[in-house]
This record gives sequence, C-alpha cells and structure tokens, in this order.
Amino acid sequence: MKKTLAVAALMSVAFAGAAQARDQIRIVGSSTVFPFATAVAEEFGKTTSFKTPVIESTGSGGGLKLFCSGVGEQHPDITNASRRIKKSEVETCAKNGVAEVTEVKIGFDGIVLSNSNASDQIDLTKEQIFLALAKIVPSKDGKSLVDNFYSTWSEIDPSLPNVKIEVLGPPPTSGTRDAFTELVLEEACESFPVIADLEKSNKDKFKAVCAGVREDGGYVEAGENDNLIVQKLEANKDAFGIFGFSFLDQNGDKLQGSLISGVAPTFEAISDGSYPVSRSLYFYVKNAHVGTIPGIQEYLSEFTAEKAWGDEGYLADRGLIPMSAAEREAVRNAAANLAPLSM
Amino acid sequence: MTDMASLMEDRAAAKVISDKMQKPVDWDNPKIARNIKKRYAAERRFKMYGLSAIGIALLVLCVLAGSIGSKGYTAFFQTFVQLEIHFDPAVIDPDGTGDPAVIGRANFDGLVKRALQEKFPDVTARRDKRNLYGIVSGGASYDLRERVLENPSLIGQTRKVWLISGDDFDMLNKGYIDADVDESNRRLNDQEIGWYNTLVSEGVVEKHFHSRFFTSGDSREPELAGIWGAAVGSFYTLLVTLTLSFPIGVLAAIYLEEFAPKNRFTAIVEVNINNLAAVPSIVFGLLGLEVYLNVMHLPRSAPVVGGLTLALMTLPTIIIASRAAIKAVPPSIRQAALGLGASPVQTVTHHVLPLAMPGILTGTIIGMAQALGETAPLLMIGMVAFIVDVPGGALDPATVLPVQIYLWADSPERAFVEKTSAAIMVLLAFLVLMNGFAVYLRKKFERKW
Repeated sequence: MKKTLAVAALMSVAFAGAAQARDQIRIVGSSTVFPFATAVAEEFGKTTSFKTPVIESTGSGGGLKLFCSGVGEQHPDITNASRRIKKSEVETCAKNGVAEVTEVKIGFDGIVLSNSNASDQIDLTKEQIFLALAKIVPSKDGKSLVDNFYSTWSEIDPSLPNVKIEVLGPPPTSGTRDAFTELVLEEACESFPVIADLEKSNKDKFKAVCAGVREDGGYVEAGENDNLIVQKLEANKDAFGIFGFSFLDQNGDKLQGSLISGVAPTFEAISDGSYPVSRSLYFYVKNAHVGTIPGIQEYLSEFTAEKAWGDEGYLADRGLIPMSAAEREAVRNAAANLAPLSM
Repeated sequence: MTDMASLMEDRAAAKVISDKMQKPVDWDNPKIARNIKKRYAAERRFKMYGLSAIGIALLVLCVLAGSIGSKGYTAFFQTFVQLEIHFDPAVIDPDGTGDPAVIGRANFDGLVKRALQEKFPDVTARRDKRNLYGIVSGGASYDLRERVLENPSLIGQTRKVWLISGDDFDMLNKGYIDADVDESNRRLNDQEIGWYNTLVSEGVVEKHFHSRFFTSGDSREPELAGIWGAAVGSFYTLLVTLTLSFPIGVLAAIYLEEFAPKNRFTAIVEVNINNLAAVPSIVFGLLGLEVYLNVMHLPRSAPVVGGLTLALMTLPTIIIASRAAIKAVPPSIRQAALGLGASPVQTVTHHVLPLAMPGILTGTIIGMAQALGETAPLLMIGMVAFIVDVPGGALDPATVLPVQIYLWADSPERAFVEKTSAAIMVLLAFLVLMNGFAVYLRKKFERKW
C-alpha cells in the first residue's frame, strides 16, 4: 500500500503542470547556427521575463522540413539555416499553410582548411584543393578525365610540401560539407577546360565530377564532430582538416588556417569578403506564430541588437562574422516589421 | 540381432582397455614424459590466455577511465577571482525602497565592471576594457543579485567577494592555455595574461569546488553550464520507462511462461520478441516520432515521449530476462503449491514470482541502464536540444545525460572539453549505482533450495 502511494505521488509530480498552451519559443535547424542561436536564447531567457527558448540541432534541411510542416503550436516557430531557403521549400511551406515567413540574415561563417601549427602554413588555390580532393581529375596532359592519382601535395605543385594528402572533413550530411563542395570544388572544376567542356556535353557527369570527393583515403570523413578533427590534427602534423572558422578561432594556439589564394582566414578577411570560402547564415520566422507564442518579436530584437550581432557583440566572440553596419540596419528593420520573404 | 552385435563389440573394446589398464604406466618412458609435459604446458597456456584476456580488458578499462578522469576532474573545480565589490545603494536601490523587485532589476553587472576598473585603472581603450571584463564570468552578476536579495543589509557596504571567472581565464589557470606561444595564436593576449599574473601575485585567484556544475542546467558559457538539468531529464524519462515497461514486461513473461498454450501463435510471438530485442534503437525513435508526436500530438522534447519510446526498446529485454528467471524456478515448487490446493494464480503470485524476482529485477535494471545511455531514438523526438531551464515535470522540454555529453562534445569552446569528460563521469557513476542496486536486490531476494 505504501509503495503504491509512493509511486502515485511520484507520477503526479512527474505530470504536474501538464497540458497548457506552449509559452516557450521552439527553434530547430542548422548545427552551424546552433552555437549562436543558443547564446542569444540564453541571454534572452536571462534578461527578459520570457522562458528560455528550446533549440534543437537538426541540420538546415531537417529544420526547414519541420518548420514547413504546418502552423500550430506543435510545429516550431523558428528554424536556423546555414544556407538560404530553397524555392521548393518555400512552396512546401505555402502548401502546408505557412504562407508568411520572415528571413533574417545574421552574418557569415568561414570554412577553413587548417593544419597543426607545428607544420608549415601553406597557400593553396581552389584548383589545387580540387586536384587534391576530387574523385576524378584531369590527366597530366589535361585532355582526359582519370581517377585521382595525386598522392602527395608536391605532385600537384612542386612548391607545396612533399607530404601525403590526408584531409579530415565532414560527411555529406553536413552543411559545412555542402558549402565546401559548392564554394570550392564546384567553383574550381569549371576552370579545367576538359571538365568545362563536359558541362555542354553531359550535364549529369559534369555535376558528378565537380561534387565527387575521393574515397581512396586522401579524404577522411571524420564525422560531424569538429572538435574530433581538431584533436586528430594535433596528433597528426601532416594532416589537414576542414571545419567552421569558430573552431579555428578557439584553437589558434594549436592550429593554423591555410591561405586560400593568398588570403588567410582571419576575422577581418572573412568579414570584408576577401577570404573566398565563406557563406551566409540565416534564420526564418513563422509570422503566423508571432502574437500566439509569446516572445518571438523580443527574441528577434535580441538577436538583431548591436550587443549581440554587432562588430563587438557577444556573437562575434563566439566566431560569428558580422555583416556591415548598413546591412545590419536593413535586416534589423525588415525583421522588426516582419517583412515576409518573397522568392 | 544388431543389438547383440554391438554388445559384443562393446565388450571387446572394454577388454582392450582393461588389458591396457592392467599394465602399469611406465612413467619413465620418454614418450609418456613428453606427453605429460605437453599436457601441463597446454594447461598453463590456457590459463595464460584467460588471464591475458582479463588483463587486456582491465587495461582498456583503465586507459578509458584514466583518460576521462584525467581530463575531466578539473571540471569539478572552478577558478574564482576575489574582488572588492562596493554594493552601491545608488546602483542597487536608488530610492531606498528595499523592494526585492527593484533590487532584482539592478545593474549588478555594472558593479562587477566597476570593481575591475578600480583594480586596473590604467585600462581605458574600449577593446581592452571588454577583455578586462572577460576576467569575470557574465554569471557573476546573478550571484551578486542572489546575495543581496538574501541579505539586503549588504547594500552600502564594501565586501571582498569571490566571483566566478570567465572560461578563458579558467582555462589559463588550469594550465590548458600555453602562454608561451605567439600572441596572435592564443585566445588571451599578453595584456590579459599580465592581468592574470598580477591577480595571482596578489593571491586573489583560487580554485574552488564547482557546486554549480551539479545544480544548474545547460548554458553556452562553459563556467555556468551544469549537469543537473540533464540528470533530472534522465530521471523523468527513466521513471516513465520503468512504470510502463516493468509491469507490461513482467505480465507478458508470466503469461507466456505459465499460462500460454504452446501453439503456433505463441511461437510466433516468441520469435518476434527475440527479434525486437535486436532492432536498432533509431527505429524505435522513428516509431516514437510517428506514433507519439504525429498521431497522438504529445509535446515534443518531453521526457514522457522519451520514456514511452525507450519503454518500447526496453520491453523485449525485460520480457526475455523475466522469462528466463521464471523458467529457472524449479517445477517442484509449482507442483507442491498446486498439490496443496493453490490456484494457478496463487501459485504464480505467491511462489513463482517471488522466487523469480531477483532475476527479473536484474534484467530490468540492465534494461534501464541501456535506456539511460541511449541517444539515437531521442534525436528523432526532439530531445537533442539546448535547454537551459531544469525540467519541472515529465511534460516540460528536457534533455538527458548522454545527449548532454554529445552536445558539449560538439561545442567549440575549449572549456567544454573538460565538461564533456566530467559529464561522462557522472553518467558512469549513475550506471555503477544502478548496477550496484541490481546486485543488492539480487542478494536481498535470493533464496537457496
């Protein structure tokens, strides 16, 4: 009898405060934006009377899928994305009743190729990275396409070090990998005449060649965990790693970023756009939920405040690269008015 | 006739053996001596294999525990900086109302910043000031507020207060930041390290036990992040799992073992239970997403959904363990009970179940320990999330211990590395406790016959 009572008491404690309307913002989306969104959410929870938003790290694609699944409190209010929403996703949203969506661009993120600072810093062009990592590359005479035959960096260019090509990077499910493919590999491949010709004759093969990454050990998929890549680079001086700028920023005493076309991945270079491998980060707000779920507008103003995303804001401390002051001003106004996105 | 023939053969074989037996073994025969030596050697080798297997297992365990422990134990301590704080009435409570609401809204952060300014008055540039404020964590102002709310007589006084330091200074104090590398390559510049050295030489930098780690929820500031939110989430999740899977699992096992007719249907059920035990856990997560969230519209990220999903995963384990335990009860006990006039239900509840209980409980706790360490199914139902507030019930958003470990392992801040290891230690401690409890229950209920 005593035991039954104890169990009943426990259960009633567990289910206390049940079944009431949601009074907490729910955010899903990109793992790249996650560290920034969580920082804002925590500050928001501490400085306002609203509850701290719950943020899930689902990846950009997964987040938009959840976001676009409908209107109502069981669906998330905001989704983070490390790329822009696609037209097809806007259409899915509209089909499910999510008609008005506000887009907020929050800043930039650089993708770096880096190695242990016990080795030499190297300077690469996008073409050289393509030759090192692509699955299929132009042959020596440049007339045909062959499986990647480069095994050391110096085979690509004699000025590069004579070490084995070994690059640790994210798997295809990662947004960082998507961006790296798009910004480096796909851009570089067009500069090889034999691949550029392919674009006219065989579009599918062209795409496959440009996005294909070698699988013979030159490129190692190290999982979604960037900290793991950092630790592996420390242990292996000859290896290189691909990850977001914030991890290089935190580990500057152990790692160095490689120069891309002569530009080092620094805060300033990414911010002014001279570092070539950077992308924009966004979040999207469901306008229909503003007013229903408390605090969304206040969350927006916290995120777009200078103390958060400004040049010296707390997000910059975490590795977010701010936009220019004029662009920030424009986005802030659009966000305050909940100007719906049109594509 | 064949029986006869085989009997004759057996006899002949027995005769050969007894003939051999009659001849005393010639122990000095070098062939036999060699043979004996070989057999002893084989014996020793076999023992060595067994011993080295245990040795390797222990070594791996030691390396694992050692690497986690050596990285993580520092997280239980936190650097604190002692500053002279003037609890200025003009800042805290300008009108002297004494109203807690007014005091709660006061700018305690400003008090901390002022104290730092007074300590290092020659810092004037904006950028340098920002760095200076980084010595003390942003959470320090909340501690000050609590202190004043608890003891309003502090207002107007000047006190020496230990304040929690920022994560970079904590890392420097713990020796994780190498001050000898080039300035541009580390998180702290020469000036900041100079401040640190000044503070150390004044004896106002100390490491204290970090109780906040055990009492607060997650945070983006490593020095403020704690494990308590995840531990409470794990508790509610396992509570739901246990209340659901234990009765259902045990009842299913009793029925299948004691009452069910042995026919094709029960055979199919049995095979399916065994199969379910081997299904990857992510599949249960997908099922939970579809059934509990999309059809039943239960709240996302709530421990109740996590518990329901993990209960599905734990059920087969409990059923299989319970059936084995019930099967191990000697049939003579049942027959005696039935013979003395007990009904089948009485036989089961009075005799079989109490005797099978140790085995059932052991199986249940192993199942629960498995559920405690699970992350994959929780990913699908939204429990892999950043949640600051400690959950107050099974319907509040929550996360669990292994998810917290995963989230911290993926954070860029250097200070989260030690937090990750510390969280692993907490999880392991829970597992050891649960297994210890299983051993205790088994010892308590065990009966010999």
